[in-house]
Amino acid sequence: METLEQIRDRLLARFPAAKVELVTNPGTAAEHSLLLDAVFAPEIARFLRDDPALRLDYCSNVSGVDWPEKEITDTVKKSVPDPAGGPDKVVEEKTKRIQPGCLEAVYHLYSMTLKHGPVVLRLRTGNRTDQVTLPSLTPVWRAADFQEREIFDLYGIIFSGHPDLRRILMWDEFKDHPMRKDYVSPDDFEWEPTPHGDVHERAKAHYPAPPPAATPTPEAKP
Amino acid sequence: MSDTPTTPGYTPFPAAGNISDAEREDLRRHGILLTSLEELYGWGRSNSIWPLQFGLACCAIEMIAAATARFDIARFGAEIFRPSPRQADLMIVSGTVTKKMAPQVVRLWNQMPEPKYCIAMGACAISGGPFKQGYNVLKGIDRFIPVDIYIPGCPPRPEALLHGLTQLQEKIRAERVSGPQAARHLQPDTASEFPVPDYGAHDLQPPSNPKLFTAPVLPRKA
Repeated sequence: METLEQIRDRLLARFPAAKVELVTNPGTAAEHSLLLDAVFAPEIARFLRDDPALRLDYCSNVSGVDWPEKEITDTVKKSVPDPAGGPDKVVEEKTKRIQPGCLEAVYHLYSMTLKHGPVVLRLRTGNRTDQVTLPSLTPVWRAADFQEREIFDLYGIIFSGHPDLRRILMWDEFKDHPMRKDYVSPDDFEWEPTPHGDVHERAKAHYPAPPPAATPTPEAKP
Repeated sequence: MSDTPTTPGYTPFPAAGNISDAEREDLRRHGILLTSLEELYGWGRSNSIWPLQFGLACCAIEMIAAATARFDIARFGAEIFRPSPRQADLMIVSGTVTKKMAPQVVRLWNQMPEPKYCIAMGACAISGGPFKQGYNVLKGIDRFIPVDIYIPGCPPRPEALLHGLTQLQEKIRAERVSGPQAARHLQPDTASEFPVPDYGAHDLQPPSNPKLFTAPVLPRKA
């Protein structure tokens, strides 16, 4: 199979208006992926499926990722000349920036006919609140049907073009998306035999009030 | 009746007037079997418990194993798993009860005719188990239906289920037809059906049946 860089270059040649980025995975798995332009995703997906050299005809897995807003501190080292005439001082300049949050859908593709893979695709939404629509790839790979529904249910990505976008694990009346990082589960921590961490903090609210201190015990010293 | 049940609060049946158990045994050695209709009734009921055939999670696999030839639940007369709640005496809640599933479990319980019994099998059915803090996990089925026997384990082995079943048999044999020790279903003021919870925005409404479940008070320092 071609390398991911070659696939990216071919995609850029074929779809000049699209933006395709290589996202590297620094871990030992080194499973790199292609970040696609959401607008061109269905066309690119159809190309990857039908291209004779790739034939990625099997979508084995679709998963969701929640990237909350994150504050990142950039550190830049600068050498400042010492006015007293000594050696230059190295000063660290720290700048803080906010990395905006987004929701992500990750597709793992294999080829059954050519026996290769995986190729990992990523699609990202504009933000986590109002621009959460992504194009559905279910028309390209039927296998994505239930898994896109699951992502819609648990992360709240709306897949436009999906044939039957309903909740699949939670009930229909459920509000909110429980796999998001900022989801707060309902307060039913009234009985926790061995609480710890966050659960302990929330269980404390249910502890009975300590009995009012009776007559303060006087010091036993005469 | 040579077996001596060990259930606390069990008192031997008055077989015939003021005859003692020793005298009964003595007569039995001479080929005279004395019993009462009440005792015979309990003996018959306890040896033909028909469970409802349904499983919720991995504990159901152990329940199936208990029904196979190796463990053979038929030795205790409980091998007739009924596919309809109308024909079942025993509900074995085997596995994690999700909040989405809980109303259906309560509805099945309501559809079972009296006398009926419930076994909570495994850590999840008892308390939510390892998934207790999950956003979709009910923290114990005893929040909505009355449980007769709790079988701990994750999952309990088939032997544990059989032990739970024999404990239930002893409980059934100890039940009287009338009087203060009468079986639960023969007392006029006990409920047979329980309200089915509704799906709320984040949790079931109500999250537990207050007539059945009150959280234990934990006197703990805040």
